[in-house]
Amino acid sequence: MESKPILRRALQCVLLCLALFAFVGAGDPAARFGALGHQLMCICGCGQILLECNHVGCPSSDGMRNELTAAVDRGDSDSLVQQAFVQKYGPTVLAAPPTTGAVNRAAWIMPFVALIAGFGIVIFVVRAWKNRPAPAVADGLRPIRGAELEQFRDQARKETDL
Amino acid sequence: MAQIGSYALLLALALSVYCFLAGLLSLIFENAGLERVGESARRAGIATSVVVLLAAVVLVVAAFTNDFSIAYIFHHSNRDLPGPYKFAVLWSGQEGSLLFWSLLLAAYGFVLRLRYKTDPRLFAYASVVLAGVQIFFLSLLNFAAHPFAVMEGNLPADGKGLNVLLQYPEMVIHPPMLYLGYVGFTVPFAFALGALIMKYPGEKWIHITRRWTMVTWGFLTCGIFLGAHWAYSVLGWGGYWGWDPVENASFMPWLVGTAFLHSVMMQEKRGMLKVWNMWLVFATFWLAILGTFLTRSGIISSVHAFAQSSIGDWFAWFLAITFAVFVFFFFKNKNHLRSEHKLESLISRESSFLFNNLLFVLLCFVVLWGTWFPKISELLQGNKVTVGAPFYNRVAIPVALLLLVLTAVGPLLAWRKTSLESLKRNFLWPTIGAIAVAVFLMMTPSSWGAAFGLKPWVDISYFYSLMAIALSVLVTLTVASEFYRGGRVISGHTGQGMFASMVQLTHRNTRRYGGYIVHFGVVVVIIGLAGAAFNQDKEMEMKNGDQMNIGSYTLICRSFTEDENPNQYSQWAILDVYKGDKKIDTMTPVREFYKANQQASTKPDIRSTFKEDLYLVYEGQNEKGQPIIKAHLNPLVIWIWIGVWIILGGTVLALVPNAPAPVGVSVPKPKLVEHAAPAVTGD
Repeated sequence: MESKPILRRALQCVLLCLALFAFVGAGDPAARFGALGHQLMCICGCGQILLECNHVGCPSSDGMRNELTAAVDRGDSDSLVQQAFVQKYGPTVLAAPPTTGAVNRAAWIMPFVALIAGFGIVIFVVRAWKNRPAPAVADGLRPIRGAELEQFRDQARKETDL
Repeated sequence: MAQIGSYALLLALALSVYCFLAGLLSLIFENAGLERVGESARRAGIATSVVVLLAAVVLVVAAFTNDFSIAYIFHHSNRDLPGPYKFAVLWSGQEGSLLFWSLLLAAYGFVLRLRYKTDPRLFAYASVVLAGVQIFFLSLLNFAAHPFAVMEGNLPADGKGLNVLLQYPEMVIHPPMLYLGYVGFTVPFAFALGALIMKYPGEKWIHITRRWTMVTWGFLTCGIFLGAHWAYSVLGWGGYWGWDPVENASFMPWLVGTAFLHSVMMQEKRGMLKVWNMWLVFATFWLAILGTFLTRSGIISSVHAFAQSSIGDWFAWFLAITFAVFVFFFFKNKNHLRSEHKLESLISRESSFLFNNLLFVLLCFVVLWGTWFPKISELLQGNKVTVGAPFYNRVAIPVALLLLVLTAVGPLLAWRKTSLESLKRNFLWPTIGAIAVAVFLMMTPSSWGAAFGLKPWVDISYFYSLMAIALSVLVTLTVASEFYRGGRVISGHTGQGMFASMVQLTHRNTRRYGGYIVHFGVVVVIIGLAGAAFNQDKEMEMKNGDQMNIGSYTLICRSFTEDENPNQYSQWAILDVYKGDKKIDTMTPVREFYKANQQASTKPDIRSTFKEDLYLVYEGQNEKGQPIIKAHLNPLVIWIWIGVWIILGGTVLALVPNAPAPVGVSVPKPKLVEHAAPAVTGD
């Protein structure tokens, strides 16, 4: 009976921790520039994250970095910065799918649906296997169970011990 | 030269078709006395290997003799290309790399057909499957991507040269390793399909397959990490893994292959998961081909991709045919794959393998989903969406952390069932140790280094890093406890020292303890990856005497200069590196311009220590001709490469046959059966 309040308390702690992660964020401009710059792609076709694009003579990354610096200095919010980049360069400028629109949301949801479904299937399989009758025994042979089975297991362990 | 190569490829195709058809006939009409036909098929398979080798040698010789009448050599080599890179010409372009794939498949087939006496019938089936795959690649080479196509018109005086990014020593070994991995998965698939078709009795095929899979897995691991090291050392963006579709293509078969290496133990020990293992072997092979399809078809854009070409269609058909063949035989013979035992408890080694497999396959699904999603979104909503590192980091890291938990827990669970008492006994101290390390890392000042002063509430990446390090400690302690307990038993019986006992223990079950060493290597790699949360970088235009501070380092530009050799021009910056007032190094990041193909490339200079890498890149020049230097400080990176060596060492150890147990050593009955159980019950 005592385990329920403990479980509830533990759950509350986990939720509190998750809330903390949700609300804390990088505050200073340099950290924001770094964080936002890693959520945007260079659009020159190199396929690299904006702040990691280093190919010689890139026509895009310098200008995009300057725009990002200006937006951060102005104090624009993260979503405003991202919107401005999407409007100018198109949706491929975002390094990960946005959370708007059913298709984009599916990108994020599907792996977790698969995880939950997978766990469900494994647990179902384990239970089904547990409840499955033991493999058939040839006629005339008595199945070994209980203490006798433990005795054989013990013997097997001894024989395979180091 | 081109004619010799062309005829060799045609002959190889004819031989492999004969190997396939004659082998198939001898197996279909087994009772009709076609043994000699079967033997001729085996010999044709061996001859195919020799002829494909001849074609590959011809191409390499053409590169060395600057035979620019061959279009492939013209496009991928030039006169001043250094010797070792002329070998790399073989796999640097589409046609050559397909020939290289065929060569490796021929080499695997050669070994397989020579070792046929292990189990002639099973090997005959595997040989036919391999010949089927070889026919596909040789058809491609003869009819769609001919490496010996000749130039039309006047012969050019010099070639266009090798891609500049490939002109790096690791590039001479990275693709062969990766290809050995990709191609090698054909062999387990061939055995699995053969065993399925012939309803192979018993588990001997799985013993044979497991060893091939381990070798292949080792090559693929080596290839993937060589690629990561090459990206880190050459591309100059400061990272080693970009979740590029082609990187993903190599990672997917690795994940499923790793799942198979674990679940195969269930089949060997308990006769379970037979259906699942069959599908895993098939999926590993299929994903390796899918990766090649992704690279060659141009369907997914990637920095690694070859030019878009029609051979994507060939791969699509091949994927469809292999899928259809496998599914047909699976449904025809699936009754043969029934489990021999039932599962007794959720807390058991069997369950841990099930969850382990679930997570590996899920990770593979995440990577596959992320790789294909841009295409899916384009089809469904009309615009392409980018799926880059932020997506994978958010989705894959939590799954990888769960896998790390299983890596710690799984090996200490007993087969059949484990009691809570046993769990408590085995995990109490490792868990306390892991929590203590986590608390220590949180309490220490961050000035001590990257992994210290970790405040998980500041940033989610810090939380992941802390979890990764704490779980790595948990895995290390559980692995150490396994060695310690086994060593203690042997030491008690033989009177040897603990270290000698642990060495003997390892010799007596190389697969199991080699596996633990692989787990430890993975932990070391993960500690290296965890350092990425603390990466710093800075960029600055530097004239002589200018100073840049990053972390505890001070960089002073001493000079900048230029150099030239027949192959390239280069620009260098010479920077003195200080720590405090003490000069500790001089570093020279460089930018190179290759004459033959007029391409430029940056080559970073990296100063590695156990604590961190100082990584300097010559980004370019300002309008005054002064260098622009980008400095990265990447903590703990060296542990990734150290971890890979440990993984490979563990893999090699696991392949070594067990030493026989000494005769006449009496073993007393353990005081507590469950106490001994996790340390004694097999792999």
